[in-house]
Amino acid sequence: MKKSKAFWGYLVIALVIYAVVQGMLVTGMLDLYYQNMLITICINIMLAVSLHIVIGITGQFSIGHAGFMAVGAYISAICTMKLGLPFIVGIILAGIVAAFAGVLVGVPSLRLKGDYLAIATLGFAEIIRILFLNIDYVGGAAGMVVNHATTWTYAFFGVIITILVISNFTNSRHGRGCIAIREDEIAADAMGINTTYFKVVAFVIGSLFAGVAGALYAHNFYIIQPTAFNFLKSFEILIYVVLGGLGSLSGSVIAAIFLTAISQYLQAFPETRMIIYSVVLILVMLYRPTGLMGTKELKDLFKARKKGGSEV
Amino acid sequence: MSDLLLKLDNIGIQFGGLKAVQNVDMYLNRGELVGLIGPNGAGKTTTFNMLTGVYVPTEGDITFKGQSIKGLKPYQVTKKGISRTFQNIRLFKDVTVLDNVKIANHHLANHSIISSIFRLPAHFKGEAKMEKESIDFLKIFGLDVYKNELAKNLPYGMQRRLEIARALAAGPELLLLDEPAAGMNPQETQDLMDLIALIREKFNLTILLIEHDMNLVMGICERIYVLDHGQLIAEGTPEEIRNNPKVIEAYLGEEVVQ
Repeated sequence: MKKSKAFWGYLVIALVIYAVVQGMLVTGMLDLYYQNMLITICINIMLAVSLHIVIGITGQFSIGHAGFMAVGAYISAICTMKLGLPFIVGIILAGIVAAFAGVLVGVPSLRLKGDYLAIATLGFAEIIRILFLNIDYVGGAAGMVVNHATTWTYAFFGVIITILVISNFTNSRHGRGCIAIREDEIAADAMGINTTYFKVVAFVIGSLFAGVAGALYAHNFYIIQPTAFNFLKSFEILIYVVLGGLGSLSGSVIAAIFLTAISQYLQAFPETRMIIYSVVLILVMLYRPTGLMGTKELKDLFKARKKGGSEV
Repeated sequence: MSDLLLKLDNIGIQFGGLKAVQNVDMYLNRGELVGLIGPNGAGKTTTFNMLTGVYVPTEGDITFKGQSIKGLKPYQVTKKGISRTFQNIRLFKDVTVLDNVKIANHHLANHSIISSIFRLPAHFKGEAKMEKESIDFLKIFGLDVYKNELAKNLPYGMQRRLEIARALAAGPELLLLDEPAAGMNPQETQDLMDLIALIREKFNLTILLIEHDMNLVMGICERIYVLDHGQLIAEGTPEEIRNNPKVIEAYLGEEVVQ
């Protein structure tokens, strides 16, 4: 009962945020620049949260996330531009195909551990990128022109659904199975958890939402090129997750908002942009080595504060 | 009432040229409490690892409840009804005490991923059942007051207890305890002995335990197997083992035997 109350509370807050921003967009208080920034933030949140379930929850160090984003982006673009399907169908198909790609990549590579897994996923992501680079149907290196279709509504509800699904998964027996793998794979196995199965499940859920984020990304920038999905993009997503705190969903969200905002703001200083961005990263890692949130969630902080308050 | 639960039939394992364990024949009847002792490096933990599927024996066969379990993965062995604790504690450290037990309870629940993601009634029902069962296990071990603590913050003795609680939550018929009293003081060891006796009674368990603490082994085990250099050198009641010259030789060296 208490849990569902909190859930409706969050939903109301989310809807209020949505309505306020939507109102500001309609009335023109926020111009196109800000709309674009908000959508970018939403896409990055989705990417961060979808990688969080692989790295933060299941503890599998995958650094090829941009590959699944690329699959989603291209599949949705093909759906809308070549096949003339509606955008929403494109998004759904992008998620499904990316999830399928997750199975194909996950089943062989998740047998590996640690650094080896990282290299294998990086390799797979590059393979995906090179494939798109060499397929003339999707424009090869020149890229593919895509209509602008992503709106604040799509982006915002994409984020809500992503967070909802991944937090529901995490707070269930299945999510606990994944956490057990992160904590101690041998013990998890000995406690009756099919480790391979859960690694693949987490990987597939992560890939699915990366694909959806890719679809939104493709329809926001008018053009998609394979170079947009190179390993630097993968590292960018990885940075959100690590900076937010491995194992913290709210940490990933906050880091994605924070870093996207910084990176957008710094576009005014093109010469020093990457230096400042890097300094911010170094400072956060020096002073918060476990990331912004550690393994805690936002609600844990409120709880701790409440407890502290009542004691005083 | 002495029906056979577990049988190791001439099992052995080789790592490269090294024969870590060879020609081991053991059996456990339902409801027995059996000890497995031996000097360091005798192959006790290796035997446990073969029993639980971590290693696949290169020779021989293991049957549990009349079925061969050789070659099964560890999680499949656990589902068959064998669970274990570890010599060096392997708790899920950054997870709460309650969740540690819930994780082990995992395979006994059956609500699907879909029901969890969409929060269907099956999810709430399944989770509520897990929560209740897990708290019951914690109560038996006196750990329910710590249920929201992270496992790594528990005192050492409590961590050992939590390991056993977690193994029990996996719903075993055969419980394998790998040095449960390691690092405990005499009082804690005594408490542990009482606890083992209690859970054995309560859950109808068959227990195989590795232990170096001879008071514990001699005090509660009905039968004892002794391993040395990967081979069984003796089997019998605690009284027989205590007086077996081969065992004394393995532990104390040859000169003592005159």
